[in-house]
Amino acid sequence: MSDRPTVDLRAAFEASGLGAVLDELDRTLVGLAPVKRRIREIAALLLVDRLRRDMGLTSETPTLHMSFTGNPGTGKTTVAARMADILHRLGYIRTNQLVSVTRDDLVGQYIGHTAPKTKEILKKAMGGVLFIDEAYYLYRPENERDYGQEAIEILLQVMENRRNDLVVILAGYGDRMERFFGSNPGMRSRIAHHVDFPDYGPEELMRIAELMLAAQNYRFSPDAKSAFVQYLAARMQQPHFANARSVRNALDRARLRQAVRLFEQQPEAVTAEALMTIGPEEILASRVLA
Amino acid sequence: MRLTQGTFSFLPDLTDAQIAAQVAYCIRNGWAVNIEYTDDPHPRNTYWEMWGLPMFDLKDPAGVLYELGECRKVHGGRAYIRLSAFDATHTWESLRLSFLTDRPAEEPGFALERTEVAGRGIRYTTRAYAANQPTGSRYQG
Repeated sequence: MSDRPTVDLRAAFEASGLGAVLDELDRTLVGLAPVKRRIREIAALLLVDRLRRDMGLTSETPTLHMSFTGNPGTGKTTVAARMADILHRLGYIRTNQLVSVTRDDLVGQYIGHTAPKTKEILKKAMGGVLFIDEAYYLYRPENERDYGQEAIEILLQVMENRRNDLVVILAGYGDRMERFFGSNPGMRSRIAHHVDFPDYGPEELMRIAELMLAAQNYRFSPDAKSAFVQYLAARMQQPHFANARSVRNALDRARLRQAVRLFEQQPEAVTAEALMTIGPEEILASRVLA
Repeated sequence: MRLTQGTFSFLPDLTDAQIAAQVAYCIRNGWAVNIEYTDDPHPRNTYWEMWGLPMFDLKDPAGVLYELGECRKVHGGRAYIRLSAFDATHTWESLRLSFLTDRPAEEPGFALERTEVAGRGIRYTTRAYAANQPTGSRYQG
């Protein structure tokens, strides 16, 4: 064994610049432990694969098509955008681009319209990542003449034959994706990584809220913070709770109320402090707490 | 007779990797890449058939090579195929690069025809042997 060359895994890891991406992922994305673990696994696989190639050990290019399932607002789109960055740094894809599409972009309106439309999108996405949001809409079992099936067939063909050129990520809500894969077994078998996005807990949502506010140069006053904890507890019990998306909407409404409050008070001099701070009354005015 | 035309005409035919590198160069410059084919090899035949639409907003050569593959499935060995890159920038608005990627298996070449005109003058015409056949049956791939 001693005549075989050795390779420094740590040096290769640092040279790839991957550490920075993974750290940023940890820092800017709250929670999502299983997702981050899976991303680390994929990153490790690709790095080892590259080292193997450098040492002349042949291996097939791994299939990296993924499916992201989870409830609304759990960060599927955000992670997909990061995925393009990670795969690009690992040299798996050539361009750091994410083409995000839905059914409308792939499926045509009349016979013969679908194939060129789908191919056009696929060509645009080649070299990068194609992200299909709410992929289950592609398949409409209630209409057997639906053109979605045609788009799926072209997609499957390209996913299989041009693995080196394109990574496809399908995303959608868990139960409906399950039904989609159930009726398209070919699709399931071509996707190597099924990643499930868990719901956020109350503490995680609170941290998300603070990150969102900080990104827009706002912050909670201490009272507002405890009011928002209350708000979250109440909102999570209500129907149609959409995790981080609900948090963002709540914050947008709070900003609106803050602006109205400042306007109505009409103080002589508004300080930067006042412009930045969301007070408790903005949160408590919400319908959810009424 | 080996037809030479466009950029790289003095080089051997480009491999797919070399074509991809040229396409990548075009994309980097923001040019739209077109695939064209013809079975009329006359040098003055400038208007070739287009294979699909010009590919404007691609980021990677893979899309062009995919279409080139599709075009070869239909016309490979039975027509000339070329790539051209169109620069849409104001005041350019024209082709910046054009080169042959595929040629028929056999290229019969050209005949030189002389026509005597008034005063013992001679007019010359080049005529492709292939063009004796109707279009569609000029090259047997």
